[in-house]
Amino acid sequence: MTIELSQFFQVFFEESFEGLDVMESGLLSLDPENIDNEEINSIFRAAHSIKGGSATFGFSSVADFTHVMETLLDEVRSGSRSISQDTVDLFLQSVDCLRELLQGLQAEEEVDTTRAVELRGQFEEILGVAPGAETTGEPAAGPQSAGWHIVFNPCEDMLQTGNEPVRMFFQLAELGQMTVRTDISRLPSFSGMTLENCYFSWEIDLIGPAIAKSSIDEVFEWVVDDCDIIITPLAAEHSVTVDAPAATSVPVETQADIPVPAAATSIDEPATETGLASAKDAAPAVAKTGAPKKNESGSIRVDIEKIDTLINMVGELVITQSMLGQIGADFTFDKIGKLQEGLQDLERNVQVLHESVMQIRMLPISFTFNRFPRMVRDLSRQLGKKIELVVKGEQTELDKTVMEKIGDPLVHLLRNSLDHGIEKPEVRVAKGKPETGIVSLNAFHQGGNIIIEITDDGNGLPRDKILKKAQANGIVGPDAHLTDEQIHDLIFQPGFSTAEVVSDVSGRGVGMDVVRRNIQELGGHVSVKSKEGQGSTFSISLPLTLAILDGQLVRVGKQVYIFPLVSIIESLSVDMKQVSTVAGACDLLRLREDYIPIIPLYDAFGIEPDSRNLENSLIVIVESEGVKVGLVVDELQAQQQVVIKSLETNYQSVEGISGATILGDGTVSLILDIAGIVKMAQGIGINDLSSGQQAA
Amino acid sequence: MSAVPAEQETVESLAEAVNVASDTIDQYLTFIMDNEEYGVDILSVKEIRNWDSATPIPKAPSHVRGVINLRGTIIPIIDLRQCFGMKAIEYGPLTVVLVLQVNAPDRAYREVGIVVDAVSDVYSLEADQIKPAPQMSDKVNANYIRGLANIKGEMVILLEINHLLGQSDLSDLSEVRDVLKQVEKAVH
Repeated sequence: MTIELSQFFQVFFEESFEGLDVMESGLLSLDPENIDNEEINSIFRAAHSIKGGSATFGFSSVADFTHVMETLLDEVRSGSRSISQDTVDLFLQSVDCLRELLQGLQAEEEVDTTRAVELRGQFEEILGVAPGAETTGEPAAGPQSAGWHIVFNPCEDMLQTGNEPVRMFFQLAELGQMTVRTDISRLPSFSGMTLENCYFSWEIDLIGPAIAKSSIDEVFEWVVDDCDIIITPLAAEHSVTVDAPAATSVPVETQADIPVPAAATSIDEPATETGLASAKDAAPAVAKTGAPKKNESGSIRVDIEKIDTLINMVGELVITQSMLGQIGADFTFDKIGKLQEGLQDLERNVQVLHESVMQIRMLPISFTFNRFPRMVRDLSRQLGKKIELVVKGEQTELDKTVMEKIGDPLVHLLRNSLDHGIEKPEVRVAKGKPETGIVSLNAFHQGGNIIIEITDDGNGLPRDKILKKAQANGIVGPDAHLTDEQIHDLIFQPGFSTAEVVSDVSGRGVGMDVVRRNIQELGGHVSVKSKEGQGSTFSISLPLTLAILDGQLVRVGKQVYIFPLVSIIESLSVDMKQVSTVAGACDLLRLREDYIPIIPLYDAFGIEPDSRNLENSLIVIVESEGVKVGLVVDELQAQQQVVIKSLETNYQSVEGISGATILGDGTVSLILDIAGIVKMAQGIGINDLSSGQQAA
Repeated sequence: MSAVPAEQETVESLAEAVNVASDTIDQYLTFIMDNEEYGVDILSVKEIRNWDSATPIPKAPSHVRGVINLRGTIIPIIDLRQCFGMKAIEYGPLTVVLVLQVNAPDRAYREVGIVVDAVSDVYSLEADQIKPAPQMSDKVNANYIRGLANIKGEMVILLEINHLLGQSDLSDLSEVRDVLKQVEKAVH
């Protein structure tokens, strides 16, 4: 019988990555001076299940490597070895290395094991083991012996774990010629027998050329915890004599007269490895947290509680439906009250159902935050600074898609705070600040948004330096009067970096503008507050989900379009005195020292408006990537949340349209893609104006 | 398909009979446009609905009528008349939308609605009743036509909608028009 193992690969990888995260966070909180047993145990269990899993799936590069780690961890765990900071570092490096190996395997790429081999050498040095020995599990006799003698002595309850010896024997029989002798000496008297227990043990001679020991190990993989196995190579002359009775004896022949002593004392090597902690212990530790995966994965782990709420709601819905059905079956007008009641129930149910379905996509932000302690630790060492990371609100929930995309901008902001924000210890002391700088990450809900704050108590933004740099780059005019806030905002401009030394960490001037753009793509925005000398706070506001959008319904002619509310600056009625006409290009609206190009939406989309007269028409000013345009529309209607549907599923992408939604009356309304419209506008000749707009 | 008396048949011949049936007989839904009858594989038809207004897509060509809401899914509506280069007509009470499930060759399946003058009939056609599409110039893609069938003396053009509506860009279907013109010429 063969089981297709590859179907479990995805689960294995997910669990392994989770295990690595457990190891990493465990190692980070490990204090070498004062070892917490619980911590070491959880690290050990995680390593152990990664090893077990990878061995099962035949990823020997991972299994061998984890084995050495595990051996060292076990010595630490049992107290026979102390651990130093260097060892912790070594472990952390190995976690990285394992992650790379696993990622390579997951992507089915050729994996580079040089780093693993190198690290393994270091481990072996610490362990005092000669490299290569003991780790491969291959005894000196080598895989090429004439055959194997196996003593298989299972525990009484082996059958209860679902392991069937006959099946294993079938598998062994596939490897070569097999002779099995059964020892029934343990068989109790008939009255003392329990039906589910296994009282037999077996002696097996497996004869055949080139049977690898690993393939035998594989057969017993699942039972090593529940039995004693001795596998010894057969002596060459032995194999000849055994050849005679040669029955490939499956079904098993019972020879009661050859009692085999129960060999409980000497356990073979693979049994030792796995015997240290049974795989059952290891599983729950791994299941606790999820993995922050960079690539968008196809599966999601959902709290059973959320599913239960969902099922409850569907139950309620069914009840309401049958109630309404009854009313509808023989409707009379005196039932109108009941009908309304039922409809109200329905509305409430649907609303709750909607919320609970949305909840399924929500994950605690700790998935993203978890990777930061390690990063801060590594970076602060590299930069020679003392930094403490404080994480708050890691249970705040966020849509999975948003979370996957916010990781990189957060990393960037955090690196910035570490590199530019926090000063070197000596500088801090000179300023009268505590030597250790504090960077805090905080997440919380506010209205329909999630706010993520990154605060440091470092240097703050150098106001004058930023202003000077901006003037030198021509981003602002030489005599512009700007508030502190506006100046701070300048760091999000493209090509802006005030770091005097371009360091490895940050300061290449590509960054803050990318951060802002990424966040805007998610429908959020980022701002900064800072006090020179006292620190700065970056605050990111994100929508809870990408599936719903706050929209402004806008009518043009007979069509209703949806503007994303976040991109609307203001809307106003046109006074012709403010409009200047440029020959060969579009009209410009002068608004508080800004010249904003006017785009009639009816022209851009080719529809018939109420009126083409610009006088007194309504203009909605929208902004995308710092460029403002004014869109001429006929009427502003309600503001409402809309569910975003894709146009591309059944049609194709359309310029200037980001998606569609279904309005209350069942009709389809298109959602405008403001960035796309701005680009369209630039196509019709406002290129030069957008730069002039900033200088003005 | 005639029912096979199971007791007298061996398992093999039964399987064979089923195979033969599914291999050679296909059902086609036909519809009328400009007095011409066209057919599509009935398995690709999801539903037939009355014409209802659609939300126009900005700057789309005239044969793309817009998008509609089909139970929460956004579906584009294509006017097949204009695709085929026929004169556009006012939509009347008989005008229907066939919602088709298209298994596009280069993408996952999509659903598209086509506007036709009226639905006509359903025919079961055996493979040998379907004649290959007439020889066409090399310039056009003959994949759009599955074949021609002669039903009661009338010619029915069977369309290969997976190719016709499976293209990644639905806004340019001028090639379809050329194919249809050549087919018409060959038939009449």
